[in-house]
Amino acid sequence: MSGLVIDNISMRFDLPNGSHVQALQDVTLDLKPGELMSVLGPSGCGKTTLLNIVAGFLAPTGGETRINDHVVLGPDKERGMVFQQGALFEWMSVRANVSFGPRMARKKKADYMGNVDHLLDIVGLQDFKEKMVYELSGGMQQRVALARCLANDPDVILMDEPLGALDALTREKMQSLVLKLWKETGKTIILITHSIDEALLLGERVLVMAPRPGRIHKEYRLPFAEMGVTQDLREVKEHPDYGPTREEILTMIWDMEEEIMGRTEGGE
Amino acid sequence: MAGTVNLVCTRERLGETVTELKATPVPEGQVIGENFTPSAGCEVASGWEVFSYQFSTLGSELWTETVNVFSSAASAIPAIALYTIIILASMFARGAIKSFFTPTQDYTSLKTVTFGDESAVRSMLAASIVSIIFIFIIWGAFTGSKLLPSFLHLPGPYTGEASFTYTVEDAEGNQDQAEIFVNVLAAGVEGEDAQVEAGDGFAKNDSVNITVYRSEIVAWDRNDDVNRRDNGARIVAINDNPVEFDANDRDDAGNLTSQPPAFDLDFARVAITDRGTININPDQGWQMQPLYLPAPEVVWGSFIEIAKYGYQNVYLTVHLGFSLFRVIVGFLLGAAIGIPLGYAMGLSNWFRGWFDPIVEFMRPVPPLALIPLVIIWFGIGEVGKIFLLYLAALWIMAIAARSGVSGVRITKVHAAYSLGASKWQILRHVIIPNSLPEIFTGARVAMGVCWGTVVAAELVAAEEGIGKMITTASKFQSTDIILMGVIIIGVVGFGIDMLMRMAERRLVPWKGKA
Repeated sequence: MSGLVIDNISMRFDLPNGSHVQALQDVTLDLKPGELMSVLGPSGCGKTTLLNIVAGFLAPTGGETRINDHVVLGPDKERGMVFQQGALFEWMSVRANVSFGPRMARKKKADYMGNVDHLLDIVGLQDFKEKMVYELSGGMQQRVALARCLANDPDVILMDEPLGALDALTREKMQSLVLKLWKETGKTIILITHSIDEALLLGERVLVMAPRPGRIHKEYRLPFAEMGVTQDLREVKEHPDYGPTREEILTMIWDMEEEIMGRTEGGE
Repeated sequence: MAGTVNLVCTRERLGETVTELKATPVPEGQVIGENFTPSAGCEVASGWEVFSYQFSTLGSELWTETVNVFSSAASAIPAIALYTIIILASMFARGAIKSFFTPTQDYTSLKTVTFGDESAVRSMLAASIVSIIFIFIIWGAFTGSKLLPSFLHLPGPYTGEASFTYTVEDAEGNQDQAEIFVNVLAAGVEGEDAQVEAGDGFAKNDSVNITVYRSEIVAWDRNDDVNRRDNGARIVAINDNPVEFDANDRDDAGNLTSQPPAFDLDFARVAITDRGTININPDQGWQMQPLYLPAPEVVWGSFIEIAKYGYQNVYLTVHLGFSLFRVIVGFLLGAAIGIPLGYAMGLSNWFRGWFDPIVEFMRPVPPLALIPLVIIWFGIGEVGKIFLLYLAALWIMAIAARSGVSGVRITKVHAAYSLGASKWQILRHVIIPNSLPEIFTGARVAMGVCWGTVVAAELVAAEEGIGKMITTASKFQSTDIILMGVIIIGVVGFGIDMLMRMAERRLVPWKGKA
């Protein structure tokens, strides 16, 4: 595996009123296999657009994404997705959701069922395999989504605010779970989030993006994700570097937000 | 050049000047503006006159109709108000009784804010039961039903024997009194002509049999020694109430100089006609005639009768079976074409653009408006009716399937693509299951519309069918069978909807839970 290369991606599209939006400008990134990168930034900085381009749902107007030395042209099972919510299939049981990928690939049941059950055990849903997904809580549903993604054995996992709809306690448990799965499976993960704590705790690399046009503002390499694999996340937060880094990023994003506000107020 | 021309004609009618707009054919060989001569009192209308005349007459006609409608509606207000008061009264009565005996303590009943909280509003079973019972009580009370104790009946029509007197004065001013014996007969009872003693004097006693809800005119002088024409005899009193009216007293044009009087006696309204005879109109009471509203037990009886032996040589099962057959076949055909069409419209720009004008045009056309066309095209056979129902279901199902596709969350589709599904697999495993709730909703609507349409289509042209049964019954004035048919239609329609809901709960348990 040669990882994921985001090569000079630009995204510019026309609006109905004739103007245009430069959603992304010259974004270049290189992810090695097994890296965990979280992407942070104010609203409108193009995080989700970037993820959709990597996933293959959008075609960029400039540049290209390469994975395993081939260019991304559309969605594929080598890139798994975990969405915020509502991406599970309500008409299927938990087990049927998780086995969706192998079933679509027409694999033999015997070949994938063991793995599906194993993944459900890992995410802690061993007692809920036959339930319908609408009977589960929000946190359990996201566990199903993670397991469903892993069951397809993708090279890269793209997470679009996967924990955004969860309450604070569930969220913390799920953060530990994501770290655990990352370490166990060794997948390359890009995780988009609004939460600075989540970005710091889950990101080996933290990418801060700036808006208008969407671009990479700054990148950090942080030790907290590695620490979180073995330690309690609250202990990680006690680390002397954690607070200052958090403050630095927070100020950065606040400044961006204020600049946007000033620009729109001035423009109107 | 032969053609048609609009003429404005003014003429006198009953002392008033009337203006009319008439479309008139132009006679052969005449040309408007050259040698065309309109008939007397008419002129060729200008374009503005044609327009303004149509709108002013339409406006005044619609205004008259509006007044009619609202006055009819206003006459129902007391009844509606009374009904509402009974609803509210029973609500408070029930609330008082309930809170006195067993205060419930489930979560919803503990909510203090219920006015405005839709989730706290439940259909009260007790109210539904009372409502249904009350409908039957009203029905029974207005029809004198034997199912109800008689004290609940509204006053019925007068039946039985009664009499009143009339006083005759001849031209010489002699007066004599005689009696009219009235026997009001219940429906279907043959009365014998009662023999009454003639009595003394020149006025003789009369007798008359009147069937209930009918009225009768009595030529009181047919057996008297004097009569209206030859002796100028006239009635001067009814039951000693003086009558100031003479039918012979007319002006040169033959019009009466005074209004004929009428008297409300305790059993009937008795009026002098403008020919001087007596019109007896027995009290009709508050109950409805069986022709207008038969009693519940009569309707039930005719149901049993028709369920056993059929109506007009067609068994009820055949009537119902044909109606249901048409609905089901029409609906299935409509769904079989409409659902794939809707999916195509939801999945392809070209299909959406292609069918949007057709669907959006056909959707607001009520299927009933197509009945004449369908009869012209297909005749009155099954093909035409099923085609009609097919059309009724088609657009509804197409739109339901289309909105079912649009209702798929894009994240589901994206997730499925990222899991390696092909287009067909996404259609089969994501789009179709996700649109099932919408399709079921559409199917329920379509079945309802089809059921309504089939009955209407059968009213127009059919050999068998529940609507046909009603039309036949209406020709024989069998209101009981019409009413029974209406109830069957309602019950079957409700049953269809219930079955669809049950199927929905079984097949789409995730509905509303996404």
